[in-house]
Amino acid sequence: MEFNAPAGENLFDRAKIVGKSTPRIDGPLKVSGRAPYAAERHDVAANQAYGWIVGAGIAKGRIRAMDLDEARRAPGVIAIVAATEHEPVASSDFNYAPLFGGREVSHYHQAIAVVVAETFEQARAAAGLIRTSYTNGEGTFDLKKAAPGAPLASDRPSDSAKIGDFDAAFAAAPVKVDERYTTPDEAHAMMEPFATIAAWDGPKLTVWTSNQMIEWSRQALASILKMDADNIRVDSPYIGGGFGGKLFVRSDAVMAALGAKAAKRPVKIAMQRPLMFNNATHRHATMQRLRIGAERDGRIVAIGHENWSGNITGEAGENATLQTPKLYSGANRLIANHIAQLDLPEGNAMRAPGELPGHLALEVAMDELAEKLGMDPVELRIVNDTQGMVPGEPDTKLSDRNLTRCLREGADMFGWSKREARPGRSRKGRWLTGMGVAAGYRAAPTMKSGARVRMTDRGQLVVETDMTDIGTGTYTILAQTAAETMGLPLDAVRVELGDSSFPVSAGSGGQWGAASSTAGVYAACVALRRMIGEKLGFDADAATFDGGRATLGVESWSIRDAGALTAEDSMTFGEFKKDYDVGTYAGHFAEVKVDAYTGETYITRMLAVCDAGRILNPLSARSQVIGGMVMAAGAALTEDLHVDKRFGFFANHDLAGYEVPVHADIPHQECVFLDTLDPVSTPLKAKGVGELGICGPGAAVANAIYNATGIRVRDYPLTLDKYLDRLPAIA
Amino acid sequence: MRSFTYERAASPAEAARAVATTQGAKFIAGGTNLIDLMKLEIETPTHLVDVQDLGLDRVEETEEGGLRIGTFVSNTALSAHPRVREDYAVLTRAIQAGASGQLRNKASTGGNLLQRTRCAYFYDTNMPCNKRKPGDGCAAIDGFSRQLGVIGTSDSCIATYPGDMAVAMRALDAVVETVKPDGTARAIPVADFHRLWGDTPHIETALEPGEMITHVRLPTPLGGQHFYHKVRDRRSYAYALVSVAAVIQSDGTGRVAFGGVAPKPWRSEAADAQLPNGAAAVVRTAFADARPTEQNAFKIPLAERTLAGILAEMRS
Ligand SMILES: Cc1cc2nc3c(=O)[nH]c(=O)nc-3n(C[C@H](O)[C@H](O)[C@H](O)COP(=O)(O)OP(=O)(O)OC[C@H]3O[C@@H](n4cnc5c(N)ncnc54)[C@H](O)[C@@H]3O)c2cc1C
Ligand code: SF4
Repeated sequence: MEFNAPAGENLFDRAKIVGKSTPRIDGPLKVSGRAPYAAERHDVAANQAYGWIVGAGIAKGRIRAMDLDEARRAPGVIAIVAATEHEPVASSDFNYAPLFGGREVSHYHQAIAVVVAETFEQARAAAGLIRTSYTNGEGTFDLKKAAPGAPLASDRPSDSAKIGDFDAAFAAAPVKVDERYTTPDEAHAMMEPFATIAAWDGPKLTVWTSNQMIEWSRQALASILKMDADNIRVDSPYIGGGFGGKLFVRSDAVMAALGAKAAKRPVKIAMQRPLMFNNATHRHATMQRLRIGAERDGRIVAIGHENWSGNITGEAGENATLQTPKLYSGANRLIANHIAQLDLPEGNAMRAPGELPGHLALEVAMDELAEKLGMDPVELRIVNDTQGMVPGEPDTKLSDRNLTRCLREGADMFGWSKREARPGRSRKGRWLTGMGVAAGYRAAPTMKSGARVRMTDRGQLVVETDMTDIGTGTYTILAQTAAETMGLPLDAVRVELGDSSFPVSAGSGGQWGAASSTAGVYAACVALRRMIGEKLGFDADAATFDGGRATLGVESWSIRDAGALTAEDSMTFGEFKKDYDVGTYAGHFAEVKVDAYTGETYITRMLAVCDAGRILNPLSARSQVIGGMVMAAGAALTEDLHVDKRFGFFANHDLAGYEVPVHADIPHQECVFLDTLDPVSTPLKAKGVGELGICGPGAAVANAIYNATGIRVRDYPLTLDKYLDRLPAIA
Repeated sequence: MRSFTYERAASPAEAARAVATTQGAKFIAGGTNLIDLMKLEIETPTHLVDVQDLGLDRVEETEEGGLRIGTFVSNTALSAHPRVREDYAVLTRAIQAGASGQLRNKASTGGNLLQRTRCAYFYDTNMPCNKRKPGDGCAAIDGFSRQLGVIGTSDSCIATYPGDMAVAMRALDAVVETVKPDGTARAIPVADFHRLWGDTPHIETALEPGEMITHVRLPTPLGGQHFYHKVRDRRSYAYALVSVAAVIQSDGTGRVAFGGVAPKPWRSEAADAQLPNGAAAVVRTAFADARPTEQNAFKIPLAERTLAGILAEMRS
């Protein structure tokens, strides 16, 4: 099915199941520990051996020698696959640094060996006996040093753009902000590490793994292992968090496959946590410069956003400018995205790549501008809302955009009018209190997505698609969509996900998953309805499906009477969408208290008002948004991969050193969805929310800290050492 | 992790003897620190002697009105003990500011005193570290040192003793009781228990090989108001950037010990004497010989501000 024109009124506008808060259908399995995650799939292959990955001990250079003898003799060891004895694996479209590298080391903790043994403990112990010597190479690890020479991003022309005469307009603007901001490298730090069980059956390889994008990963494994993709099966029904870190095949899958081949047995690997930070991908650090010039009434006349980041590829990086062309008006514009080559571990997508750090800078710059204008920061954003157009893209239409409503309604709900506008003036005892606001924008892309639906002769429906549920609630929204479309109760639907033997879906990434995969299931269900209609002799497209029956005029059929049927289809998205900017929008609010003595920050309240089209399941959508807000709080306050610029690695590579928020950091959070529909997005008029929730709250926290203290810190995370010396004098 | 053998000793002296006479042996209590370090092969004991069956899991009253805490008393039990809450509140607060509920259930009193530093390079066996491998060099001194020590450190090592409980114990002048492999007992004031690193950062305490902690003794209660303020980057489950344990009397005199700044809980009687003169005077005295790095110099003003906050609370 092709979605080739904006959706008109359809069955989802009368929905009974879609759009209603629905507890996760996989919830009971998860809370009772019966949802098997990759490393727990003891039943899928008999005789599993255990693999332990050895990571490189240097960032750049060459392996001189690996002494494997003692390890090979260690108890229980079945096989060792080591870089000095093995061809480097090939690359793929989804990774740059080889996932098993040969003698050349391209980043710290790159996999250089896997030890396979009878038990996990034996594999780990034997790995400790491998002695590796290196010749150190020279590497570039310091973004600040590399940035001045970094070229403009070449891979995406939209990454740099000039509209009007930015320099002249900025120079002439009566009120302006010109500030620089930095954001650090960040880790996905998902609960479940990379994990894979791999088994060979002749030329055929199966990997039971934890991965967001099944088809990408099947193709990537085929490239990396130089084999036919048709001989590979990837299965990933449950995923303990990914945040973009599991968009791609990583070394767990590759080393398990190589280990299993060498051991002639299925091999299981769960990556040890200390390797998860340098072996994995990460979010790239950024340096950003924001220049915004405005008239005295607040209207922006010039807006410039320059960004510098680095990557091992010298490409892609973290494009923090993404949201800037979308959020605010202004006739004269400058966007420039520079990318340096660095020899740190490979950077790649992490939840709202580009936008998370972009908002941390842009939305603080807007706060700074509001202060210079003497204007309320909510009003400043509303005055500069693009109102019906995408700045600099006169031919692009907006699908449905309600940013101003998000900000206004949010301000009302949050009690914004009680905010003391003068910074550093609200003190109760030792506490300085403040409020902050930020706008949020995240694109709402859709991607082709397929599904198969099988109706059993008992009238049960089974949905099969290689779509993944990364904790987001996909199982439930797909069941809701199928139940709604087929007119069946929710409990008549079973959903099977994550298996590459199922039809290819959009997968989970870029907040496109929910909108795309529900559309794909809808397409398959429409095909099934037509098969039922053909079988029973009615026009399915004209009929209403409800309560297990199809009704057309005065006639009605039990759909069970059609017997067992299987339909398969994909939703593709037509050219017409290219004429539109389809985005999601939010107003984010935060309140903090800061200890006037120590500078410790406590977030006390957070609110997100979101505009994301039809909300398929408000319960799980809320979880997505508040999860994003937690992650944004971490980005604002604590999360920071410390680059050791001498050794070229992230030094704090465990969960004690890399501080994600804990419960005590997270206060009362509220999330409100505007009741909007976006007919341009999909037949369900729905968009994603999983990344919208992280776009903006961090800046709202930063602005609240400023409002509380009168101290502006522009280098994230906002740890107290960065402003201690500017806190009020102590008696 | 290397494979190892394991035994449960029947008496403290036997345990001490077993550790002293078995090559590569160590005690194990809750295991919350030791096992983590063994997984990373930072510790590679070949034999573990478990101290859990030695009846050292009780808190007893001493004749002079203090408390005697068995080494295997858990952090949870110690912090919740009615006498501790009543008379040694600084200790309750310090313990509860540490780790997490689950860890405190497992963590023992003796093990907590002996927990090792959290320097990131100590934790990465690819990195040079004098504490892990004497003579290897120190990766932290010119590296990522934000969390590390500002005083009492050396050119060999700038790590901290990272714990909380001992900081309160230092303010209380607790005494560590031990038994040696030959069966003799001795008492070591907490003040002398942790060593400064000097040229031998791998030697961290006054304990001799095989010497086992049996108890920690708290002297008679000090009265006064008790404070423990632990400043960290997140609100729980993080080590201190700086912590301040203070017991302050109504006349403004008292005691103050600092955590997260040195190889040991940092307290000096001379600094205590400055308490009536305010936080700046105390910190100036206590940190007179500080040698911070660029990354952790903030700890000194932070210590002052944290203490000032406590003194302000005391006044109000
Ligand atoms: C994630 C995490 C967070 C933490 N956060 C904090 C924190 O915020 N603040 C804090 O203070 N602590 C914190 N800790 C540390 C925790 O308090 C210690 O791990 C714990 O107290 C150690 O006690 P244990 O009984 O488990 O010791 P073990 O791990 O069993 O032993 C530790 C050491 O003591 C030795 N030992 C044990 N008993 C004796 C004895 N009787 N005589 C001689 N030697 C002995 C062992 O040989 C070993 O070397 C944290 C730990 C973890 C894992
Ligand atoms: S500070 Fe101490 S523990 Fe850290 S690397 Fe240096 S010697 Fe090792």
